Amino acid sequence: MSIRIIIPAILLLLLALVPFGAQTLQVLLTLALAKGIAVMGITVLLRSGQVSFGHALYFAIAAYGGAFTLMLMPGADLIVVFLLGVMAAVLSGVLVGLFVARYRFIFFAMLNLAFSMIFWSILEKFYHYTGGADGMRLPRPTVFWIEMERGAYELFMFYLALALAIGLGWFSMRWLESPTGQLFRTLKTNETRLQYLGMSPQRVLMNGYVLSAMLCGTGGILMGLVQGVVTPEYAYWIRSGEMVFIAVLGGAGSVPGALVGAAIYEIVRTYASAFAGDVWQLVLGSFLLIIILFAPGGIAGIYNSLMDRIAGKKEDGE
Amino acid sequence: MNLTLFLLALFDGIAYAALVFIVAVGLTLIFGVMRILNVAHGSLYAMGAYLTASLTTFVLAAGLPPIFAFPCMLVSAVLIGVVLGGPLEWLLLRRIYHKPEVLQLLVTFAIFMILEDVQRLIWGTQPIFQSAALQLMGNVKVFSVNYTVYQLILLPIVAITLLFGLRFFLRRTVAGKLILATTEDREAAQAIGIDADKVFLLTFIVGAGLAGLGGALASPTTSILPGIGADMIVLSFAVVATAGLGQIEGAALTALMIGLGRSFAVYVWPETQVLVPYLIMVAVLLVRPEGLFGSPSARKI
Repeated sequence: MSIRIIIPAILLLLLALVPFGAQTLQVLLTLALAKGIAVMGITVLLRSGQVSFGHALYFAIAAYGGAFTLMLMPGADLIVVFLLGVMAAVLSGVLVGLFVARYRFIFFAMLNLAFSMIFWSILEKFYHYTGGADGMRLPRPTVFWIEMERGAYELFMFYLALALAIGLGWFSMRWLESPTGQLFRTLKTNETRLQYLGMSPQRVLMNGYVLSAMLCGTGGILMGLVQGVVTPEYAYWIRSGEMVFIAVLGGAGSVPGALVGAAIYEIVRTYASAFAGDVWQLVLGSFLLIIILFAPGGIAGIYNSLMDRIAGKKEDGE
Repeated sequence: MNLTLFLLALFDGIAYAALVFIVAVGLTLIFGVMRILNVAHGSLYAMGAYLTASLTTFVLAAGLPPIFAFPCMLVSAVLIGVVLGGPLEWLLLRRIYHKPEVLQLLVTFAIFMILEDVQRLIWGTQPIFQSAALQLMGNVKVFSVNYTVYQLILLPIVAITLLFGLRFFLRRTVAGKLILATTEDREAAQAIGIDADKVFLLTFIVGAGLAGLGGALASPTTSILPGIGADMIVLSFAVVATAGLGQIEGAALTALMIGLGRSFAVYVWPETQVLVPYLIMVAVLLVRPEGLFGSPSARKI
């Protein structure tokens, strides 16, 4: 087995052991995994050459969907809350997608931003329903109709997030390799050719858009359930920008890169916020510039070239 | 809705549209020439506003009469254009013209993130209010409505002067014609000896300066606080997209449309105030994807 596969496998194993070895990291990593799943949505879109500055919209819709479910159906089970939240994100992804799939590049990015700003202002203005800037609470639901203590619940959420991250990550990678995904990626390389093949680019983009909305929604509902509260900040452009940043950091278009990027991002942020909290956007922006200008492959790119070098050396030695 | 409210909404709309137009025209000018959407445009607007407020406060504290608030605005706009806009184009944007569009967007977005924090570092998070210029010009009574001269007369005059000034500049002066030629076909322009790099730099400085001017003019009318830059970039994008990217005259009309729509929403159904501009944009784009005045671009195969 090549070293290229062994290292991620070891990392995953270490991650699965975190609750036993480094419990202080557990909640942090749960949030990182949730964010990583959302970032995979951006990553998928990047494979078609599109970037969205408003995907926090689906992140927030799912979380608010979950909060409303818990408000209207007190005692609803985790499964119900989770599924309804994700469904809300997928549904709004279809509705918004029907509109934005007609656009590319600048318009695509900015129209998404506009939609997320609209949703954000709705959340802030209609405070009778949404709680305004204070947001809504998501009381801890039952898990498979079993009441859980806080510790057990957090442990469960960690493994749920881990399982979802692996499952959805695998699914996204398979999807990108599938015929539908190949067509989707053709949007980046040659959209005209796609049309000559008799496909509708809008419909092709739509497929990926709904998938990305689903991924962002899954991340959002997980985040909401773990934090126990959802605020309009979930939909704010800073959140979208953060997701785009992590996607580029992890390696534009690399699904595992999204997860690694999210983990690194969350850990650095937690420990750096003490002395860089005021200038966090500044630090992010500068890093974004550096990555784009000097290391366009991101973490995944660096990892791959490192692995290539190791593999190359071995061949030389033999 | 009685006459008083109607007039109030009308005046609010006109004053607001004038401001938005000044910012949006910079955005659309930069896009038209450089084919780059400058996401950091909103930050330049916010910094123009902050800088004006600080300068004005400083000048007044030095004992100068309030009339000096107006030169402060011009100084801030020029500073934003030259000191901030110039180096941005020269050091960063110049590196990315040949890169994919996604990366161009990401770079200006990164600049936006950086500038948002720079503002907070310099001016803090407390709202700043400096309305010397507004008070100096007093009020005017139209029918039964008292309204500030600054917003009702000065802002629209500046906006209209700018519209015609830009038209004149682009079509009648040599520098403007060079810009138009570069917009039309960069390679052909370079072949006949136009320095495209210089044209781009000039355009970006002018565009950034317009964002700064918009902020400068807006500063007496509102309290300046973090986040106005983000609101403004989305709003001015809505204006520019509704008009069609790169359309200067169209931007004036859609700014008026969106400004009026927004101000009437304030009086009729306040909660929807923020939504109306986007609803107008979405409605227009559904019917005409290239904007009201844009023409569908020919496909290159």
